[in-house]
Amino acid sequence: MADTKKPIIAIEHVDKWFDDFHVLKDVNLSVAEGERIVIAGPSGSGKSTLIRCINRLEAHDRGRIAVDGIELTEDLKRIDEVRREVGMVFQQFNLFPHMTVLENCTLAPIWVRKQPKEEAEAIAMRFLERVRIPEQAAKYPGQLSGGQQQRVAIARALCMNPKIMLFDEPTSALDPEMIKEVLDVMVGLAHDGMTMICVTHEMGFAREVADRVVFMDQGEIVEEAPPAEFFTSPKSERTKAFLAQILRG
Amino acid sequence: MTANASIKWLRRNLFSSWWNGALTLFVLYVFWSTIPPFLDWALVRAVWSGEGREACLGPDKGACWPFIFANLDQFIYGRYPTELRWRVDLAFLLGLAGLVPMLIPRVPAKLWNLGYLVVAWPMIAIVLIAGDRPGLVGVDTDLWGGLLVTLVVAITGIVASFPLGILLALGRRSEMPVIRTLSIMFIEFWRGVPLVTVLFMASVMLPLFLPQGVRLDNLLRCLVGVALFSSAYMAEVVRGGLQAVPRGQYEAARALGLSYWQTMGLIVLPQALRSVIPGIVNTFIGLFKDTTLVLIVGLFDFLGQVRIQLSDMHWATPQGAATGYVFAALVYWVFCFGMSRYSVFMEKRLNAGRAR
Repeated sequence: MADTKKPIIAIEHVDKWFDDFHVLKDVNLSVAEGERIVIAGPSGSGKSTLIRCINRLEAHDRGRIAVDGIELTEDLKRIDEVRREVGMVFQQFNLFPHMTVLENCTLAPIWVRKQPKEEAEAIAMRFLERVRIPEQAAKYPGQLSGGQQQRVAIARALCMNPKIMLFDEPTSALDPEMIKEVLDVMVGLAHDGMTMICVTHEMGFAREVADRVVFMDQGEIVEEAPPAEFFTSPKSERTKAFLAQILRG
Repeated sequence: MTANASIKWLRRNLFSSWWNGALTLFVLYVFWSTIPPFLDWALVRAVWSGEGREACLGPDKGACWPFIFANLDQFIYGRYPTELRWRVDLAFLLGLAGLVPMLIPRVPAKLWNLGYLVVAWPMIAIVLIAGDRPGLVGVDTDLWGGLLVTLVVAITGIVASFPLGILLALGRRSEMPVIRTLSIMFIEFWRGVPLVTVLFMASVMLPLFLPQGVRLDNLLRCLVGVALFSSAYMAEVVRGGLQAVPRGQYEAARALGLSYWQTMGLIVLPQALRSVIPGIVNTFIGLFKDTTLVLIVGLFDFLGQVRIQLSDMHWATPQGAATGYVFAALVYWVFCFGMSRYSVFMEKRLNAGRAR
């Protein structure tokens, strides 16, 4: 169980404001190594903001966030240390359009991890095989489909050999027929024991791989439970309303 | 068949309505009344050889080209000592040797090439042209003139304003308030002052602020003025490019652990600069033409040198001024058109490589 292992991510009493808007309200979340968390909730509930605080793309205003024992503060060196260990996949892929797929994957290992180019390329090819698009290595992102781009984005993050992977609505910008190929890669990753936090509306994915589902609404964590419990016997009214809406289709 | 097709083309494109037809006729009339007389003056009635003003005198003589041929050396070097002009030529050739491979995309080692062009070559060129080293005869900048001065001012302006402009653009978008404010103040100051004023200040006011006994060369002061002036314009062009790069690019780079400078140098700037090539070249062209303004602080650039030679009694003819200015315009046009065509070539090449 999660409680018995040491937490790799500790979020304690975190508050954040966008000007006057209280986007995170006293959020507490502890994630153990190897744990898979799915964060669900209506749009504007602060899910994306929360995971963007974990690698400090957003700064929290109050409380404490520690990743792998490193506390996130203004200290830029520590932030870079955390970012090296935390991979992130974005809704809009955010591949670098002026570089080939292979260059996208080797950029950070070469410049941040100081890996030799040949080694970085060998590792990148291995991960491109794992996401099943090694044949696209020499192409530019603009020549790929959305699903392929998102798989490259996953491979790019994995090339840094992260301890934690953050997924910020990775399938929301995809055409329906491409969602499965991306989810398959994520399921594979989960089975390999990667610590993952996914913001997603894919409840099937949550059922299949999540250890815990965290439900957020209006900047608060309303409820967290293993998927079996979460989907069959939700406690709060807000969760029930959300599930009724999202599972109707 | 083809005659029929051309009539159809004419009707569709030039005479599709009475208004378009009238416009077409009017434009044809303007062409007919300006181009043949100009060609008649520049080529047919023009004088092509002669030793002095007498050759070009006469009631229906056209352009006085011997004036240009005889003064070509002055136009290029100004009063630079004749026996030392090989040093200018050598500096120019060394520059060309760096520039040509730089402009051809297929030639490798661009980074070394760029280093030679913006660091090594300027130093070599300064030593060669100014000659302020033991063993070389020094040539005071008062003697520099013509195309030499034009190119020195333009190249210094371009080489200095490009990196400065990028730094200012980054500074203006910085999250650090002090750097941002300083950048904005710098940019808005130089953008708000005409270049003529900048040059006057550089040559008249700057010496007042310098400690006694320190004398800055007039040309050097103008170079600094032109470089700072054009870097402010460059900064605004680059800023436009930076704003066109989606925020997600920056976030993805930072999320991978890249530092600020790595993010800017490897991800943001390559995309930003690519999208503003036309604006950058536009600024360079503007800068090249603005070099003519150094005339007002007593430097004789190419245009200034042409004007000096016009007042030479040996060549004073009614057609001299027109010939000189047409020649000057042609030279400036060749340089600017060359830059413009190269930017079109680069844009096409960069867009062909990848679909976005």
